[in-house]
Amino acid sequence: MSMFALQRDMRAWLVSEDNVAAERLGLATAPGLRVYQNNYRAQLVACLEESFARTRDWIGGAAFHAAVIAHIGRVPPSSWTLDAYPRDFPATLTTRYPDDPEIAELAWIDWALGEAFVGPDAVALTVEELGDVDWDRATLRFTPTLDIAELTTNAPAIWSALAAGEEPPGMHVLPEPGAILVWREDHASRFRAIDQIERQALLSVRAGLPFADLCTAMVDMLGEEDGIARAGQLLGQWVRDGMVVAIAYKEG
Amino acid sequence: MPPHPFAGFGLGLRKPHYAEFLEGRVAVDFVEVISENFMVDGGRPRQILRDVRERYPVALHGVSMSIGSADGLDGAYLARLRALVDEVEPLFVSDHLSWSRIEGFNSHDLLPLPYTNEALDLVCANIGRAQDALGRAMLIENPSTYIDFAPADMTEWQFLDRMCAKSGCGLLLDVNNVFVSATNHGFDPIEYLDGVPHDRVRQIHLAGHSQGRELLIDTHDKPVPSSVWDLYAHVLPRLGPVATMIERDDDIPPLHELLVELATARRVGGQLLAQAA
Repeated sequence: MSMFALQRDMRAWLVSEDNVAAERLGLATAPGLRVYQNNYRAQLVACLEESFARTRDWIGGAAFHAAVIAHIGRVPPSSWTLDAYPRDFPATLTTRYPDDPEIAELAWIDWALGEAFVGPDAVALTVEELGDVDWDRATLRFTPTLDIAELTTNAPAIWSALAAGEEPPGMHVLPEPGAILVWREDHASRFRAIDQIERQALLSVRAGLPFADLCTAMVDMLGEEDGIARAGQLLGQWVRDGMVVAIAYKEG
Repeated sequence: MPPHPFAGFGLGLRKPHYAEFLEGRVAVDFVEVISENFMVDGGRPRQILRDVRERYPVALHGVSMSIGSADGLDGAYLARLRALVDEVEPLFVSDHLSWSRIEGFNSHDLLPLPYTNEALDLVCANIGRAQDALGRAMLIENPSTYIDFAPADMTEWQFLDRMCAKSGCGLLLDVNNVFVSATNHGFDPIEYLDGVPHDRVRQIHLAGHSQGRELLIDTHDKPVPSSVWDLYAHVLPRLGPVATMIERDDDIPPLHELLVELATARRVGGQLLAQAA
């Protein structure tokens, strides 16, 4: 048997418990083959349990384990790093719990916090370092760990209560869909629920919108006084949260 | 050529012991880290590794190179490992005689290879590519195995001998793995230890194992048993300068318990090397 054929048959055994493949390997009755399958599954189960601790707290160990087993059967790992394996689990939960949107949202928070924890380093600017900025030409650069997702429930409040070991609030759907930010400040991953105005502002600035143009957009949306005030409030919040790591200037 | 000889006694860097290692007063000659745990973009893991590296020599020990993959090595993996090697300037860079990945599937386990001429050619070609990418020789560790592919063209120790000669790599000799595989497959561990190329061994792993229902399992969750100490005492006088470390990955005890085991290794090693001198 060639090396390719042998390794394809081992894969078939691990992923699908393919007995025909085991027979081709000449190992159908070998107890060791079961050891490798146990190792394979145990490794993936441990990875997902560690990565989605709050999600597991919320839905309970038995339901979580059933979802994990279903996911392992549906999504074999492909990356060299186990860190990549949790990425698709929230989608599995969305399919598995279509009427409980907070579950996939909790899972996204768990996952995104883990991603931010090992994301690229960047040093946040302080308020003092912004003293000489030419705001007519400035564009903000956010930390590369910043991630944004849609939010339809109070999943952040549930996550925080579970993390603190407190009784979580009941799930409720937000009056209006919002969004959630995850990023890392120094060595700590953080999250914050935001409204649609801040979400759109963040996406626009991250896409390169100069701060002056953001102010104009805010004025168009909220009026002169409130628009300027909101733009300033967002800037202050982003700086205080350690999300702004550089200022770039447009030409001209 | 295998990496420059280094003699000393070390421990694996594990999360429960980070704070003690960062204080810089742990009585070890080197620290071994799992490469993949630090092949991340940034954050606390990278900072910890930088801080540990300031205090101790570091060996990089990998679990994901998949040196036996029939479809070759992962270029992105090699690039990340090379960046880590350049930053850490490790004593050794090692991985296992095993495979994990085939055609986009990654098992995240150290799967066994058949000891055939085809596998030997494949492994040596992959080691050659890895050593070129890393700019240095690697150490390859003998695995614990639970199945035996037949027919084989050679024993595992003959495979290791030919692999070292052909690829220029060195050996990380895991004495516990020798004991586990010898028990599971019914070969003589002394014959194994006498058969490996002694001049290529640069590092030794000592660990514990567990009795499964039918097989010994390489669990790394117990102290080094007397059976493994006996094999260590047998092979050590036959080797040149070598680094020894205690490997513990599960049920991790307080650091002082591992240091007691490491002191045993120092004592055994010191006596044997004095007798051999």
